[in-house]
Amino acid sequence: MNNMGEIVLSVRDFGVEIPTRQGILRPVDGLSLDIARGKILGVVGESGAGKSMTGNAVIGLLDPPAHVAGGEIWLNGKRIDNLNRERMRKIRGKEIGMVFQDPLTSLNPLLPIGDQLVETIMEHLPVDKKQAMEKAVAALDEVGIPAAAQRIGSYPHEFSGGMRQRVVIALALCAEPSLVIADEPTTALDVSVQAQIISLLKRMCKERGTAIMLITHDMGVIAETADEVAVMYAGRMVELGPVRDVLTSPTHPYTQGLMASTPLAAKGNKRLNQIEGAMPRLDNLPQGCAFHPRCSIAKDKCKINPAPGMDLNEGRAACWFADGTKQ
Amino acid sequence: MRDMVKVEKLCREFDVSPPWLNRVIEGKSKAILHAVNDVSFNIKKNSVYALVGESGSGKSTIGKIVVGLLPPTSGSVEIDGVDLFHERDKSKLNSTRSGIQMIFQDPYASLNPRWKVGGIIVEPVEARGGNTKGLAEKLLEQVGLSALDVNKYPHEFSGGQRQRICIARALAAEPNLIVCDEPTSALDVSVQAQVLNLMSDLREEFKLTYLFISHDLTIVQHMADVVGVLYLGRLIEEAPRDILFGSPKHPYTQMLLEAAPKLDGFGREVAPPKGEIPDPINPPSGCAYHPRCPIATDKCKAERPEMTMKDKTRVACFFA
Repeated sequence: MNNMGEIVLSVRDFGVEIPTRQGILRPVDGLSLDIARGKILGVVGESGAGKSMTGNAVIGLLDPPAHVAGGEIWLNGKRIDNLNRERMRKIRGKEIGMVFQDPLTSLNPLLPIGDQLVETIMEHLPVDKKQAMEKAVAALDEVGIPAAAQRIGSYPHEFSGGMRQRVVIALALCAEPSLVIADEPTTALDVSVQAQIISLLKRMCKERGTAIMLITHDMGVIAETADEVAVMYAGRMVELGPVRDVLTSPTHPYTQGLMASTPLAAKGNKRLNQIEGAMPRLDNLPQGCAFHPRCSIAKDKCKINPAPGMDLNEGRAACWFADGTKQ
Repeated sequence: MRDMVKVEKLCREFDVSPPWLNRVIEGKSKAILHAVNDVSFNIKKNSVYALVGESGSGKSTIGKIVVGLLPPTSGSVEIDGVDLFHERDKSKLNSTRSGIQMIFQDPYASLNPRWKVGGIIVEPVEARGGNTKGLAEKLLEQVGLSALDVNKYPHEFSGGQRQRICIARALAAEPNLIVCDEPTSALDVSVQAQVLNLMSDLREEFKLTYLFISHDLTIVQHMADVVGVLYLGRLIEEAPRDILFGSPKHPYTQMLLEAAPKLDGFGREVAPPKGEIPDPINPPSGCAYHPRCPIATDKCKAERPEMTMKDKTRVACFFA
């Protein structure tokens, strides 16, 4: 494909705010990232880091009172963060597909899966019911549901967890979107089924040139799937880079700690490296860099000044000391 | 070293039949789910035995039977020489039982939200009429929290801290054996490391024995001394950790290790495993893994292989 390097999703200086009685919380703050056609961007972080909030904001599914607070989202050269509900509804499903964590709650239990697929296809593509049905069967076939034509009338509960997640992926892909946001798509699945779903996502990405934002907390999944990875902490991106660089030679102290604390990295050592403490609550963010109370190289500068922008380290990490100079 | 736990030919069935009237009207027969089938293993004192398997393999059921929350259908569980389900001597049974504690998966669901942390921790001792003065404070400090936390409620703590409280509660009764059912799968990676380290430290300090139930092979590789792999309610391979991870013998174990995501597997293309776990109510004939097994023959469809000793591995496969 000659337009491989084309940017599908571009997020610039993006933020989300939740007004509360105690003040304004910022679950996502100052986020900038790009995903090119046919590429997979992994977004990792611990719970509460704002990774799901980011995915939901891009697709325009923030639950009020959470709302977009500044920044821009561009999809295929069009700005989409300021569209009204009706126009956003047309884009959702057509140009952005979404795969959620739990396949049982993202399908309607009262409708056969065929009806759910046909509804989505007819909403977004100019086809009649018969053609939509054919497309639905083809979509199920493509994601590896055996005997798709017979199973199209089955209800979600008649499928196993892995098969259900395949149906959800078929649903996300049936209108041929240019971007798919997959929020923890394999977290509820067993290891062997997880391997099946990941290889399916990779194949879709390669064959159709779909850009994928893969949100997960599993570093192993990221290593095998993503091209680039963004690490989030307390609503901010702390590190961004090609997956191999970020995982093998992380520059931000949080990423370093995270990588060292995975049992895979312990390599037979009795003890795991641990990052002391836990991620701060959004209503109680420390002053300065949000990571400084847990950081081993934090200096006075980190306690007073907010963390620098990513551009300090050529877009790699948001840290004052990421280049190894420990002053 | 003596065996702390001896599990002998353990079976557990669940009746999942439709109600009586439906069976009569719709002509359906009784349905029995064999959650655990003929499982035998021993755990040495002060060691960590890990049970791994995918969902529905029966690992949690075994954990519940070992702590005595579920009776087995047949077979026996001996803890420190006392048969939990056949011993008649009440006092012997009581003292053995108080030596077994459990840590559950979800620290949000396993702590009573209306109780203060101090009350939660001393409950296992208080229930048996023991002296609880100063106990909660001492235990909280041992698991890395503050003694001043006794008067707080569970909602004031994060997930990792709550799991520490669960561990403190398990330690209160001075147990010998702790059954941990997915103790860290609800926790984040950096917090998981804290809890696993704490569990390793406590094992040294109190000479604990762990039965560690998990689906996460990386954690098992880090924690366990001996690993047992379950498939559809049966133990199919058991070996010391390094041998199991170094040279797995059963095709299912090989598949599991191959399918697990690797941190250095950049752009790795795995041939995704075939099929899914079969329906446990109507398991396949012969070896339950044969429909998914790449090396299965007609013999595997007809006969079920028994666990046999090969080198240091016990494995149930004709071709291992």
